[in-house]
Amino acid sequence: MRVKYFDHIASNPLLPEVLEAMMPYFKEQYGNPMSMYDLGMNAKGAIDTAREQVAKLINAKPSEIIFTSSGAESNNFALKGMALARQDNGKHLIISKAEHHSVMNTARSLEKQGFVVTYVPVDEYGMVDPETVKKSITKETTVISIIHASSEVGTIEPIKEIAAIAMEHKICFHTDAVATAGNIPVDVKDLGVDALSMSAHQFYGPKGAAAMYLKTGQRILPLIYGGIQEGGRRAGTENVPAIAGMGKAAELADAELPKRMAHVRQLRDRLTEGILKIEKVHATGHPEHRLPGLASFVVEYIEGEGMLLLLLAKGIYAASGSACTSKALKASPVLISMGVPVSMAHGSIVFSLGIGNTQEDIDLCVEEFPQIVNRLRAMSPFAKEGWGAMPAEGDSKEGA
Amino acid sequence: MYSAKLMDHFTNPRNVGEITDADGMGMEGNPTCGDTMKLFIKVKDDVITDAKFQTFGCGAAIAVSSMITEMAKGKTLTEALAITKESVADELDGLPPQKMHCSNLGADALRKAIEDYRSKHVQG
Repeated sequence: MRVKYFDHIASNPLLPEVLEAMMPYFKEQYGNPMSMYDLGMNAKGAIDTAREQVAKLINAKPSEIIFTSSGAESNNFALKGMALARQDNGKHLIISKAEHHSVMNTARSLEKQGFVVTYVPVDEYGMVDPETVKKSITKETTVISIIHASSEVGTIEPIKEIAAIAMEHKICFHTDAVATAGNIPVDVKDLGVDALSMSAHQFYGPKGAAAMYLKTGQRILPLIYGGIQEGGRRAGTENVPAIAGMGKAAELADAELPKRMAHVRQLRDRLTEGILKIEKVHATGHPEHRLPGLASFVVEYIEGEGMLLLLLAKGIYAASGSACTSKALKASPVLISMGVPVSMAHGSIVFSLGIGNTQEDIDLCVEEFPQIVNRLRAMSPFAKEGWGAMPAEGDSKEGA
Repeated sequence: MYSAKLMDHFTNPRNVGEITDADGMGMEGNPTCGDTMKLFIKVKDDVITDAKFQTFGCGAAIAVSSMITEMAKGKTLTEALAITKESVADELDGLPPQKMHCSNLGADALRKAIEDYRSKHVQG
């Protein structure tokens, strides 16, 4: 059975050109980039090239790119590193309720170290209001971090406006651009951000390579101390093959961005149109300001995991923000902050499309999905009578 | 993550539906994860002659519902009350640890259905 992979927001396949760019550094060019002989110099050269390629993708200077191991590391580094470097000026941070766990849980860890964190809400489209961010600023605020686009509902946040507010108040601004960099235009100068996280496997590069953009002159404390790799800001022998792959993936993304976006947008619209024909299915996130490849819904009266398992039986790979599919058994915080009732958040389903998907894949999904929904609804005690029969406590627990 | 037997009960659930003239009905829900199960029984001479279910929940919740209806049918009420969460999970060749409590509603729903039946038939 052909794999219909609609979970590109989780990870992407590696492009063959990217693997090719990585191979020499797995094999003959095995030197340590810190070494002075040719094997080291060649490895160092690969990193320098990748740094230029990644910098070009987001309109940064090569010296502003710090390679890391993952989007999560970049987010940890940005938040902790910038907050701790500024703790003499204040200990207040602002993030949103739409953040990825790697921002959310880093902020929580900083709370345990005496920082105060404001979690700004999102509206029914998953959008952060720049005015709310502005009102949350105190004399103590040193760092604001708002996600560029949510991987669950696809909404693209007004980063430029929020960054301008931060700059006006001389506050460091970071954005988690893991879902956007390499998938939509990301220009750090235009956005006006001080720091930005991005990850290679989100744009057909390898896992294990990611980067943080840090604007020239911004102070940061390292997460990892040791040698002088990455300008002393991130010690440890570099993952040369992965970094070389990230560079190549960035170069390809930069060249093909409009084509890729048009491809996934057209497929997404076709999928959305098909799925919204089913009764009691609602699109989540902003209808226009959203990732071109991401279609997200809540399906009433049924639960996400059941949908995923039945889709999988048809070779369709998707995702859900439902409580049952999360290891923590908690409903998606983004959906809850958007005001989606907990009962409905259980029916979350997310399709994220990529360059390998075809119209036939989409048509098959549009054909199969209503049957899957009907099959699960036929078993649901709510399908006939509505949500009235749901145990009352179910809607109260995680309402905040 | 699920056993083959569990997947079979999820993809081909037994005894789905409502018994409109049920002798007993039990509803059990888990407020945290939202899983909700309605279980209907028919009883004759103290024996469960039929059982059907409606369930909102994950694959495990649906498979548990299917399995418990199969286990309950043909049992006396006393025998049926001896069915535990553990015995349902065992019949399904195990449940993932995080699903053991949230999705394993069958035994409780069955107990409630039997209590419902008994409450109606005590005076009668």
